[in-house]
Amino acid sequence: MKQDLDLYHYWPYENRPKIRWPGGAKIAFWVAPNIEYYELDPPSNALRKPWPRPTPAVPGYSTRDYGNRVGHVRQMQLLSKYGIRGSVSLSTALCEHHPEIIRHCRELDWEFFSHGIYNTRYTYGMTEDQEREMIRDSIETIFKHTNQKCAGYLAPALSHSEFTLDLFAEVGSDLFGNDAGIYTCDLFHDDQPTPINLRSNKRFVSIPYSLEMNDTIAYVSNKIEPRRYGQILKDNFDQLYKEGSNSGTVMCIPTHNYQISCPHRMKSYEEALEYITGHSDVWVTTGREIAEYYLEHYYDNAILDIAEKMVPQS
Amino acid sequence: MSADKNFLKYPHRSYGMDHSLYKWSMLDDRPGIQWPNGKKLALWININLQFFPLNQQDKPFPVPAGMTMPYPDLRHYTLRDYGNRVGIYRFFNALDKYGITSSIAMNTLVAQRYPYLLRKVIERGHEIICHGYHMDALHYGGQSLEEETDLVNMALDELRKLSGQPIKGWISPAKNESHSTPQLLAENGIEYFCDWVNDDMPYEFFTNAGTLIAMPLSTELEDKFILMDNLHSELSYKEQIIDACNYLLDEASNKGGRILALNLHPWLLGQPHRIQILDQLLEYLSSQTDIWSASPSDIISVFNSQS
Repeated sequence: MKQDLDLYHYWPYENRPKIRWPGGAKIAFWVAPNIEYYELDPPSNALRKPWPRPTPAVPGYSTRDYGNRVGHVRQMQLLSKYGIRGSVSLSTALCEHHPEIIRHCRELDWEFFSHGIYNTRYTYGMTEDQEREMIRDSIETIFKHTNQKCAGYLAPALSHSEFTLDLFAEVGSDLFGNDAGIYTCDLFHDDQPTPINLRSNKRFVSIPYSLEMNDTIAYVSNKIEPRRYGQILKDNFDQLYKEGSNSGTVMCIPTHNYQISCPHRMKSYEEALEYITGHSDVWVTTGREIAEYYLEHYYDNAILDIAEKMVPQS
Repeated sequence: MSADKNFLKYPHRSYGMDHSLYKWSMLDDRPGIQWPNGKKLALWININLQFFPLNQQDKPFPVPAGMTMPYPDLRHYTLRDYGNRVGIYRFFNALDKYGITSSIAMNTLVAQRYPYLLRKVIERGHEIICHGYHMDALHYGGQSLEEETDLVNMALDELRKLSGQPIKGWISPAKNESHSTPQLLAENGIEYFCDWVNDDMPYEFFTNAGTLIAMPLSTELEDKFILMDNLHSELSYKEQIIDACNYLLDEASNKGGRILALNLHPWLLGQPHRIQILDQLLEYLSSQTDIWSASPSDIISVFNSQS
């Protein structure tokens, strides 16, 4: 084990080259609905138990299944109302299990990115070859079912290895060149996109995804009341919008429809979306669009600036 | 180190579910259900009457809301028993004040131990659901079939004998099951059960002994989940129910009837400082003209007639 994977260099938030989003927007705002499949009886993993109780894990499994049976359509209708296209963090086996959901997303022109095969298959303990095979399977599955060349990655259940980002970028290049494998949502170190160091030196960025705004972290881990969650979303936006007049920021709301689409949580979520999209200088966008725009306009300057700031000050 | 060779094999990766317990279907794609008299939202209140034994075994996991202190944990034992002695009578008054019906999910041991309470429940005309034998009599994966068969038989036979009701419904303690539970329930004359929280409407659940109805009894909207597990305020609990009610009423306007299922615990919401919240909620709900106060059997009978 290493002290640090050196995925990115220290790069202070102040005095960076300024970002301006399309149309002069101050903030890039994206919503990332996780569309996941949890297995009732997954193989065991020595490092992390999929379910806390002996299978069948009826409480945990059925709670997740609510998102697929009931929740996704609710959020699709809500996001459409506010002109938001989702960027789907996809358990790619769901393409085979529930193609109806994929079809709905495609009709809305949503983006799909890889979230592994199942959310009950952790990366922990995989060899590099096994992880590469899993990632390749997920990118190929997305292409087969959606015709999209998967741009982004969020490791299944946020389970990583030392090679996860390298592998994702490399498999993306193998399959589709620079059209696939260009951004990650796995890192929470910044409120702006940042270049990521890979062994292949591929141009690759981290796009802010935010654990703090994640509904499951808010509701399940932090046990926040729904109206407070709505307020937190607004407060997060206000600060990033204000700072965005200096240099463009990114706000993401990662969601899970077994949480956010419960009837008692939709009101505060809708109020937050109405508030955010009601501002004039907001670029309502997707993960891929942010990554591509940044790679095209800001990545090279960022690399130069990071190198300059790594020089010890005399 | 290499992960198990099964870790990259996906034997159930195909259309539908990764099991054959029920059919894959999205609520939004199903035909709408019409409740009687054009009502939009069925209000199903379920009240739990529970017995938490002092000599808790915790097999195979700690009993939710059970004993946590060294034996004899009188603090939790008596606090839970409070619901059966005091809280439930406050609940009865609140229900009567607003003319709202409820089902009552009862551990069979409660019926055995408290005949006065059982008689009261019967006289008041509540539909009784079997809530297992007691809160520490868990159903779980790895349990021997013989042990679980005896447990289901004992719980249902005894509750039917004592109550004189047919007992068609079931909620497992901790809403936990073994792989055999649904089949054992079907073999024992159960028609609906409420452990699976994956839908907002009833659906068919298959067993080798026949089909059950899975009834949607939300855990996320439970008083215990919101107030005790999440430590939200009483005011927030009330807001969450009202927000859910309004959302479902709105959805029902164009998608067909919906159900607002409130699972309640008299040992929690029946406390003096919380009972007014129940009163306020029932006042709000009963003032909605599009709400139908219904028992689970009422709901299932409409559901079956339209499915």
